[in-house]
Amino acid sequence: RKLFFSSLLRIGSFISFFWSFVLRCAPSLNYEIMIHFVLLVSRQGKVRLTKWYSPYTQKERSKVIRELSGVILNRGPKLCNFVEWRGYKVVYKRYASLYFCMCIDQEDNELEVLEIIHHYVEILDRYFGSVCELDLIFNFHKAYYILDELLIAGELQESSKKTVARIISAQDQMVEAAKEEAGSISNIIAQATK
Amino acid sequence: MDTFFSGTRLSDMIRAIRASKTAAEERAVVRKECAAIRASINENEQDYRHRDLAKLMFIHMLGYPTHFGQMECLKLIASTGFPEKRIGYLGLMLLLDERQEVLMLVTNSLKQDLNHTNQYIVGLALCALGNICSAEMARDLAPEVERLLQFRDPNIRKKAALCAIRIIRKVPDLSENFTNPAASLLKEKHHGVLITGVHLCTEICIVSPEALEYFRKKCTEGLVKTLRGIANSPYSPEYDVAGITDPFLHIRLLKLLRILGQGDAEASDRMNDILAQVASKTESNKNAGNAILYECVQTIMSIEENGGLRVLAINILGKFLSNRDNNIRYVALNMLMRALTVDSKAVQRHRATILECVKDSDASIQKRALELIYLLVNENNVKPLAKELIEYLEVSEQDFKGDLTAKICSIVEKFAPEKIWYIDQMLKVLSEAGNYVKEDVWHALIVVITNAPDLHGYTVRALYRALHTSCEQETLVRVAIWCIGEYADLLVNNNGMLELEEPITVTESDAVDVVETAIKHHTSDVTTKAMALIALLKISSRFPSCSERVKSIIGQNKGSFVLELQQRSMEFSSVIQKHQNIRSSLVERMPVLDEATFSGRRAGSLPTAVSTSGKSSLSIPNGVVKAAAPLVDLLDLSSDDAPAPTSSSANFLQDLLGVDLTQPSPHPVSGTMQPSKAGADILLDLLSVGSPAPSSINGDLLSVHAKNAPVATNDTILSSPTAPSSMMDLLDGFEDKVPIYPSIVAFESSTLKIEFNFTKQPENPQATDIVASFTNLTPNVFTDFLFQAAVPKFLQLHLDPSSSNSLTANGNIKQTMRVTNSQHGKKPMVMRMRVGYKIDGKDMLEEGQINNFPREL
Repeated sequence: RKLFFSSLLRIGSFISFFWSFVLRCAPSLNYEIMIHFVLLVSRQGKVRLTKWYSPYTQKERSKVIRELSGVILNRGPKLCNFVEWRGYKVVYKRYASLYFCMCIDQEDNELEVLEIIHHYVEILDRYFGSVCELDLIFNFHKAYYILDELLIAGELQESSKKTVARIISAQDQMVEAAKEEAGSISNIIAQATK
Repeated sequence: MDTFFSGTRLSDMIRAIRASKTAAEERAVVRKECAAIRASINENEQDYRHRDLAKLMFIHMLGYPTHFGQMECLKLIASTGFPEKRIGYLGLMLLLDERQEVLMLVTNSLKQDLNHTNQYIVGLALCALGNICSAEMARDLAPEVERLLQFRDPNIRKKAALCAIRIIRKVPDLSENFTNPAASLLKEKHHGVLITGVHLCTEICIVSPEALEYFRKKCTEGLVKTLRGIANSPYSPEYDVAGITDPFLHIRLLKLLRILGQGDAEASDRMNDILAQVASKTESNKNAGNAILYECVQTIMSIEENGGLRVLAINILGKFLSNRDNNIRYVALNMLMRALTVDSKAVQRHRATILECVKDSDASIQKRALELIYLLVNENNVKPLAKELIEYLEVSEQDFKGDLTAKICSIVEKFAPEKIWYIDQMLKVLSEAGNYVKEDVWHALIVVITNAPDLHGYTVRALYRALHTSCEQETLVRVAIWCIGEYADLLVNNNGMLELEEPITVTESDAVDVVETAIKHHTSDVTTKAMALIALLKISSRFPSCSERVKSIIGQNKGSFVLELQQRSMEFSSVIQKHQNIRSSLVERMPVLDEATFSGRRAGSLPTAVSTSGKSSLSIPNGVVKAAAPLVDLLDLSSDDAPAPTSSSANFLQDLLGVDLTQPSPHPVSGTMQPSKAGADILLDLLSVGSPAPSSINGDLLSVHAKNAPVATNDTILSSPTAPSSMMDLLDGFEDKVPIYPSIVAFESSTLKIEFNFTKQPENPQATDIVASFTNLTPNVFTDFLFQAAVPKFLQLHLDPSSSNSLTANGNIKQTMRVTNSQHGKKPMVMRMRVGYKIDGKDMLEEGQINNFPREL
C-alpha cells in the first residue's frame, strides 16, 4: 500500500513539473496586468532596481534586462519615451544618470505610465532630498519600500505624494524605535553583567 | 563568533563592490560575502540575519544566485519585530516568485500577519500577497483580504483592494465574494481607496458578466458624479499634477466607465455629458492632461455611438498628431489605428501627416505609422502611397527596411490596378531592398509574370536593366535569372516592345554574361546558383550559338561541394552533350503557373501574408470593397441573369446554399463599389465555407486572368452544403481506415492477467476507449473484485462498472473505460492501477504501473 501511494506521489510531482513548465512557457500571458515590471538602469547599464509583477524566471529576468538596456540606452535624446518590445511596450524616462523603465501591455495608457514614473521620482526626491543615483545604491531597500507604497500587483495604489511620505516615515520611525529599544536593552544587559 | 563574517556592514559591502575595477574583482567580493552569509546562516546567527538578507538582495540585483537565502526570508517574516518583518517581506518579494514551492510555507505567517494588531504589519503582508501570491494562496487568504476591505484605516483598505485584484486574476471564481465590498469602495472619499476600488470593480467586470450588469445598473450614476466632482474640483495641492486634480483617478474612472458603457446604450448615454466635458475642458499642454484626453478618447471610441462625441474625439487625435512632442504623436498613431474601425474616413483625412510619420527619425513612431498607413491603403490611393513608400525605401535605415519592404510588397500585390504597375513597383522594391523580400513574395511575382504573356518581353528587359545597377540584391538576381532563362529570346530580339519602353540592344552572349556573373558572384547562394544553372541550360537551347560557352560554364560546377549544384551540373552537361535531339523539347518554356492554386496554397500556409493584417477586424475598412468586387463576378457565373447581379442573385446564392441567414439582406451586393458593411460580412461568411475561396479573392490581382479561379471557388462553396451525402461518404471512408491498435497485456501475475484492447473514434483522436479483460489464472473463485486506476493530470479517465464483480476459476470479465489524452500526440498514456479481490474471504491486492500503451494513443 505504501508503495502505491509513493508512486502516486511520483505522478504528483510529475504533474507539478508539467504545470511549472506551462507557466514558464507563457509568463504573464494568462491574465491582464498593468505594469509587468519596473526597471531602473544607470547610463552604464548597471541595474539599480528591479521589481517583477509578472512571473519571470531568473534566466528570463537577466535576458530582459540585457535586451532592454541595450535598446533603451542606445536611443537618442529627443525620441519618444516608448519602445515596442516583444509585443509589449516599455515606457522609459531618463532622470540624470538613471533610466526608469516600466513595461506595459499594448493597450495600456503610455502617457499615464510616464506620469507614474514621474510620481515615483518626485516621492524619491522628497524622501532623500534631491535624490541622486548614490542614494538609490546605498539605500536601495528604501527605494523598494517606497515603490511598494506606490504600486501593488503592478497597479497604482496611491496618488498622493504626501500620503506615501507619511506612511513611509511612520514605518521608518517604528524601525528606529525598535533599534533604540534593542540598544537600551543590550545596554541594560551589558551593565547588569558588568 | 568569527569576526570574519560579522565584519562588513551593508554599506561597506556596496562600497567594496563599487570599488572593484574588473568583473573578476567584483565576483571575488561577492563570493567572499556569500561565503560569510552562508556561514552566518549555518550558525543561525539572529542578530545579523537582517543585515545578511539586505546584502543578499543587493547581490541578487547584480544577478548572482541567492537561493540559499530564501529560508532566511521566511525566518525573518516569522519573527515578531517590525524591522525584521519589513526586510523579510521585501526579501520574499525580491528573491522568490509565485512559482517557488517555498512560498507555500509562508502562507501561515501571512495569515497571522493579516490579522495582526499593528496596521503597518498588516500592510506589509498585504503588499507581499498582492505582489507574489499564487492561486493556492489566493484561495487560502481570500477571506482575510475580503475582511480587510472594510478595515478602519484607508491605507489598509486600498492595499486590500489591490490584493483582491491579484486574487481575482489568479482565481476568477472568487470575484463573486468581492463584488459587494468593491461596490462600497466606490463611495469612498480617500483618493487612494477610490483609485484602487475603481480598479477592483473594473477587474471584476472583466471576469464576471453578472457583476458587470450589477455595476452598470447601480454604479454608473455615482461614477459619473465622482468624475464630475474631480474634474470640476478646485486646486488641491495634495493631488495636483500640472494644474489637474489627480489625473490618475481621472484615468481609472474613465476606464471603468468604458467597460460599463461598452455594448449598453443607456449607460453610454448617461456618461455622454461628462465625457464631452472632460474631452473639451482638459488642458492639453502638459503630459498629465494629455494622458486624460487619451483615455477619454479611448472611452468615447469604445462606448455606444454618439456622433458628436466621436467627432470631438477624432479632432483631439488630429491635434495630437500635429503635436511636436513625439510621445503625443506616438499615442495619436496608436489611437488612430483603433479609430479606424469606427470611422475610417476621418482617419483617411490625416493620411498625409501619417505618411510623414513613417519618415520620422524615431523608430517607434515609424513602426506605428507604417502599420497605420498599411491599413489605410485602398485601390484609390495605392498609387501615390506606394510611390511615396518606395521612394522612402531608398533612404530608410537598415533596421526599418525589412518591415517597410514587407508592407510595400503586400499592398502593391493586393491593390494593384494593373499588372504592369505591379511588376514595375515590384522591380523597384527588388532593386532597392531585394534582400528583404520574402520567398513567397517573389514567387508570387514570378507567377504573375508568367500569366501576363504580353508583358514577358517588357519584364525581362526591365529586369536585365535593373540587374546592371543592383546586382547585390539576391532576390532581384533570382527573378531576373529565372525570366532570362524563360524569355531569353524576347530579351535579345526586343519582342513585344511597349510604347513607353526605350529600345535596348542585347546580344545573345550578353544574356549569357549576366547569368555567368550571377553564378560566379560571391553573394549568390545555392538557390541562386541552381536557378542560374537551369537558366543556362534553357539559354543553350534557345541560342545554339552559345551552346559551347554555356557548356563550359555549367561544367565548372561539376566539382562543386554542394551536392545539388554538382548534380545539376553533371546532368545538364550530359543533356547538352549527348541529348541534342531532345534538348529543345526538354527545356521548353514553363507552362503558365496557375495563380489560383498558388495563392490558395500560399494563403493556407501564410494567412497573414495575403489577408491584410493580423487583426481581421481592422482590415475591414479597406477589405470590404475588395472582397465584394470579385464576388460580383462569382455571382454572375452562378446565375444566368448576369446583367443585374443585385440582391436577387444574392438570394439565389442563399437559396442554393440552403443557408438560413437571419439578415433579410436589403442590398447585400449592389453593382456599385460601396456595398453595405453587413452585406459584405454575410458574403464573407458565406465564402468562409469553402476554405480556399477568401484567399483567391483577396489576391484579386492574381485571379484576374485565371479563368478557373472563380469556378473553383464556386464549386467548393456549392459542394459542401448541398452535397451532404458525399461528405458522409468521405467520413465513411475514414472510418474504414481507423488504425487498429494492438492490444497489450497490461498486467500479469501468477494469479491474474489483464489485457487492454483499444478503439478510437476518428472524430475525436484524443479519446480512447479501452476494454480491459481480466482473466483468472487460478482454480479459485475471486469475489469482491475491484479494479481501480489513476492517471496524471493531462489524462482524463472515465471508468464504467465491470461486467461482474466475481471471477470464476479461469474465468474472464470485462470492464470498459474511456481515457482522454489532452496531450494527444505529445505524451503517451500512462496509468497506475490497483486490483483488489478476495479468495476464500482473504483480501488480495495487486498493483502496477502500465507504461506499455501504444505511443500514438
